[in-house]
Amino acid sequence: MEFKTVGKGEKRKDAVAKVTGKAKYTADLDMRGMLYAGIFRSTIAHGRVVSIDTSEAEAMDGVLKVVTPEDVRGYIFPTSGHPFSLDPAQRDIADRPLLTDRVRLCGDEIAAVIAEDEITAAKAVKKIKVGYEEYPFYLDPEDAMKEGAVEIHEGVKNNIVGHNRIALGYSDIDAAFGKSDHVFEDVFETPPVQHCQMENQVTYAYIDGNDKVVIVTSTQIPHIVRRIIANLYKLPYGKVRVIKPVIGGGFGNKQDLVLEPLAVFLTMQAGGRPVMLNLTREECIACTRTRHGMRHYIKTGVRKDGRIIARQLRSYGTSGAYASHGHAIVGKQGSNFTRTYSAELASSFEGFTVYTNMSTAGAMRAYGIPQVTFAVESHHDNIAEALSMDPAAFREMNLIKEGSPDPLGHVSLKSYGLKECIRKGKEYIGWDRKRQLYSMQSGYIRRGVGLACFSYATGVWPHLLEISGARIVVDQDGSVQLQVGAAEIGQGSDTILCQIAAETIGVPYEMVDIEPFTDTDSSPFDTGAYASRQSYVSGQAVKKAALEVREKILERGGKKLNMDSSELDIVDGNIVVKKDLSVLVPISDITLASYYEKETAAPIVSDVSNRINANPLSFGVTVAEVEVDLKTGKIKVIDICNIHDSGKILNRVTAEGQVHGGMSMSLGYALTEKMLYDPETGKHLNNNLLDYKIPTILDTPELKADFVETYEETAPYGNKALGEPPTVSPAPAVRNAVLHATGVAVSSLPMNPQNMFDAFKKAGLI
Amino acid sequence: MKKTITLKVNGKEKTLDVDVRMSLLELLRDTFNLTSVKQGCGEGECGACTVIIDDFTVDSCVYLAVWADRRSVRTAESLSEGEKLSVMQEMFIEEGAVQCGFCTPGILMTATLMKESGKKYSRDEIRRALSGHLCRCTGYQKIIDAVGKGLEK
Amino acid sequence: MYDIEKYMEALSVEEALDYLAENPDAVIIAGGTDVLIRLHKGKLAEAHLMGIGRIEKLKGINRDNNGDIHIGPLTTYSMLENDPVVLENIPFLSRAAGSVGGPQIRNTATIGGNLCNGAPSADSAPVLMCLNAVLTLQSAGGKRTVPIRDFYTGPGRVLLHKGEMLTCISVQKSDYKGCKGEFFKFSQREAMDISTLNCAVSVWVENSCFSDMRIAYGVAAPTPVRCETAEKKAKGMEVTRENIGIIGKAVLEDIMPRDSWRGSKAFRLHLAEVMAVRNLCRLTGIEE
Repeated sequence: MEFKTVGKGEKRKDAVAKVTGKAKYTADLDMRGMLYAGIFRSTIAHGRVVSIDTSEAEAMDGVLKVVTPEDVRGYIFPTSGHPFSLDPAQRDIADRPLLTDRVRLCGDEIAAVIAEDEITAAKAVKKIKVGYEEYPFYLDPEDAMKEGAVEIHEGVKNNIVGHNRIALGYSDIDAAFGKSDHVFEDVFETPPVQHCQMENQVTYAYIDGNDKVVIVTSTQIPHIVRRIIANLYKLPYGKVRVIKPVIGGGFGNKQDLVLEPLAVFLTMQAGGRPVMLNLTREECIACTRTRHGMRHYIKTGVRKDGRIIARQLRSYGTSGAYASHGHAIVGKQGSNFTRTYSAELASSFEGFTVYTNMSTAGAMRAYGIPQVTFAVESHHDNIAEALSMDPAAFREMNLIKEGSPDPLGHVSLKSYGLKECIRKGKEYIGWDRKRQLYSMQSGYIRRGVGLACFSYATGVWPHLLEISGARIVVDQDGSVQLQVGAAEIGQGSDTILCQIAAETIGVPYEMVDIEPFTDTDSSPFDTGAYASRQSYVSGQAVKKAALEVREKILERGGKKLNMDSSELDIVDGNIVVKKDLSVLVPISDITLASYYEKETAAPIVSDVSNRINANPLSFGVTVAEVEVDLKTGKIKVIDICNIHDSGKILNRVTAEGQVHGGMSMSLGYALTEKMLYDPETGKHLNNNLLDYKIPTILDTPELKADFVETYEETAPYGNKALGEPPTVSPAPAVRNAVLHATGVAVSSLPMNPQNMFDAFKKAGLI
Repeated sequence: MKKTITLKVNGKEKTLDVDVRMSLLELLRDTFNLTSVKQGCGEGECGACTVIIDDFTVDSCVYLAVWADRRSVRTAESLSEGEKLSVMQEMFIEEGAVQCGFCTPGILMTATLMKESGKKYSRDEIRRALSGHLCRCTGYQKIIDAVGKGLEK
Repeated sequence: MYDIEKYMEALSVEEALDYLAENPDAVIIAGGTDVLIRLHKGKLAEAHLMGIGRIEKLKGINRDNNGDIHIGPLTTYSMLENDPVVLENIPFLSRAAGSVGGPQIRNTATIGGNLCNGAPSADSAPVLMCLNAVLTLQSAGGKRTVPIRDFYTGPGRVLLHKGEMLTCISVQKSDYKGCKGEFFKFSQREAMDISTLNCAVSVWVENSCFSDMRIAYGVAAPTPVRCETAEKKAKGMEVTRENIGIIGKAVLEDIMPRDSWRGSKAFRLHLAEVMAVRNLCRLTGIEE
């Protein structure tokens, strides 16, 4: 299929504003009379506040008010950015108070100061004195689950937030293992890590002259923020307005309500004056959201030839202090576990999501799938090694088959490019040659190659609703104003959606404009940026709106030109004759008339909502080559390539950018990142950008991105998930390359020099 | 406590009283409304607040505003003239080096100084020159490509 | 806004010393990359600061007629890294300087600040230890000189009395002439990182033997340390891979790294040996 703009590397709609520094992020917007809030955070990990003395803080010049848990009793809410469910049983867990005197993590919010400026707020916070009664704290889900452990949330037995099970095939999994020639078992650990989007969490709220609560916030989910705030404060939805300015990255960190509810309470305390909550990097790392740290017990039974007979995975995820996304992330792991590979007889998954006294875990790019994929893909290389099989061949033997029905009946498997991704990856890295070449090495510098595969769902259907809105207004001169509720957070959705609108209507990409801010008062309903859903779900809404507009232009054009609209088409902004593409008139002739023709004026607009009941899988592979220094424990990734089947690529340039960024994030996961807690106190040890080690430019190798373009029929233009998938498979690919290089089967991340030193020592290599 | 300073900001000289507690970042954002200067960490670890002082780059978050006295400060707002973008800005757009954009203005300041130096940079030298900037969106790949192309133009 | 109570900017050494004499609790701030971060982290509050960043006399590097090299404490890492005198005579100091933080930090952070804050991880310290650098400490009452080895008294603690200020870092010609030096920073990341361990080595080779050797580490003890046992053992040894191995083992007698969440003692001990050997191999052209 030939497209005019879809598939082209169009320039981002927001790029000029961003390179000139004119793009406005939340903290760049100023208001007269702005007040600033500071949060007093607990200095213990688990316990109860027995006394709060705010008198010194309140006495300070410039302090308006200090708010304590006593003032906010009863305001309890769920925080996660999920679509609402009409079924109360499906709703998110409401366990989050605005401020708390029941301390659940180091850094828990106990009191808030409203002050005239930031430094006064910060200094006043230091003057608050809090006394505690301390409880034992838990930094491991399996410890928190033990009998006798203190309930972190009263009434939540064994601290278990969620328990998921999936069983396919034999109901007796042990019987299935009994039919295997070999059974392999491994335990893998993946650490809690943090998004570290460059823009910290920041929000301000005020009450306007019409008693409307206005929240300006760096969020991925404006419409969900509106719903949760309206419900929490029992306000009519019409009295809550959420504005999302330009966003400096989210990666799931902002798919949660962390600051907004408190900011609203504080402005209510301040007579509606704007109150800003602008977190420091230290607060943002420690006290917002993280990726779930997990332990995975994995077991696989295989036949002699490598065919998988039975698979079992048991995962324990730390939810941290609050439920946030609850069991949804571990749940998603379960369905993912059954998807990429098949077992002849049985697959079984059991997952526990458990409260601990760690930072609250929530959504983070790829939502649980990097964890499960690390376990599965590492385990598969261990099996292949034990069977003396080529790890790629082992995978190919056990992959789900093209066209086979999804085991859970949820998703379509129509477009399936995984095998081609593997072929391309092997070819790129020189797989067969290097697997051979590096098999016999001595010396302290060793090389190896590894690969890892994944599948990833596009959106959240059928677990949750998938719906999106789009509105198009065609101006007098034919300019197209696209309005969406989708949230541009840096991933490039605005650009893609403009391409879809332009392609569908038949106008040049440059004729389509989009407002970078989302405003729930005027933006159509969309649940936001998560689950790699925007180009697929929101894209479908935009296409629907664009088709409607296109029909209206053609219909009006037909009347004006005395032709049947079915004979006409729109190409490059002109009405043309469909059969020979001869240009009749520019659409501006039609659109101008649509505004001003006395008898018939009716500006051309569309306003649609589109629900999607489908969820195609996207696939991909990472191939990596590493050089390991056995003496220092340093792993250098010398070559790495991600190959994705994300369906049709709508914009090659931005797609590559997504892939590179995801790879980089996964390399940090593989090699350097982990949130650390003091085992003696439960305090965060590394909540700053010096000690929490995201990759610098000098740690990042040249990143290669490639695509296997399938065409997904349920998508607006053949496309499938791409935003999150790139961050799934690099870590296990690097781990498997290290196994190839050194023979050391790493079982936990990160593979930093300290951990590799311990591993090499244990293996007798040094 | 205040001090009177005279400085040049994006080519314009100004004398003003500055709170000694203020960082250069705050001065530029709050007094001069130059919001291209971003705060990402407040301790010189991310480079989002990078500006050019005289002929070198600094993290303006760990630089006191009073130190800018008798100096010239440049921010990303100065890079384009009207509609006309600088070569580096053009290359960032063309190569797709911009995603969320929060690190972009700071990196552009380093890239601009590299360009103005007239020096030749190998790909490794480009990496090293940019190593005071963190970016979480791009894996740096397209940023390096853009700076490389910008230096060649 | 930083929690600064009072700020004074000294424009000359004399002015600074007079002010310090009257305000002994004033905190000296040079490039700000340490003091401002301590303020940011709340480790310093309601600070009374004396800025010295504009004292031109304390900037730059020169070599005197005797061949001794004098480094102004306000010399930034960028200046050190690219200085022709440093590059020609003590290039391993340039390498150490270039390993600090990132370019923007190196443009403001000063060598004097890095020494005076007493950080055991200071990247310039092991090199200066190998060079037997001598520090000139000045107060309104006069000046004294202290060898760098005596300057460090504990983690975060240095031999700087109230009212005193570091005004010069000197390296005598005999401490660098004829030697080759190497610096190795080991950190988790290749930029913007703190050393897990750092190691500087300088060697004098005559007739295929080590006629002299100096080995120093950062983060291997509460302060940067020299490894005298290893150095003594090395003296006179023939330059062979085997002897380098022996020297590598000997460094362990002089260091006492600790366990911390940034790295275990066992790992640091292991690294210390690896780094000494690697530095010596690089300096002698012997394959590791």
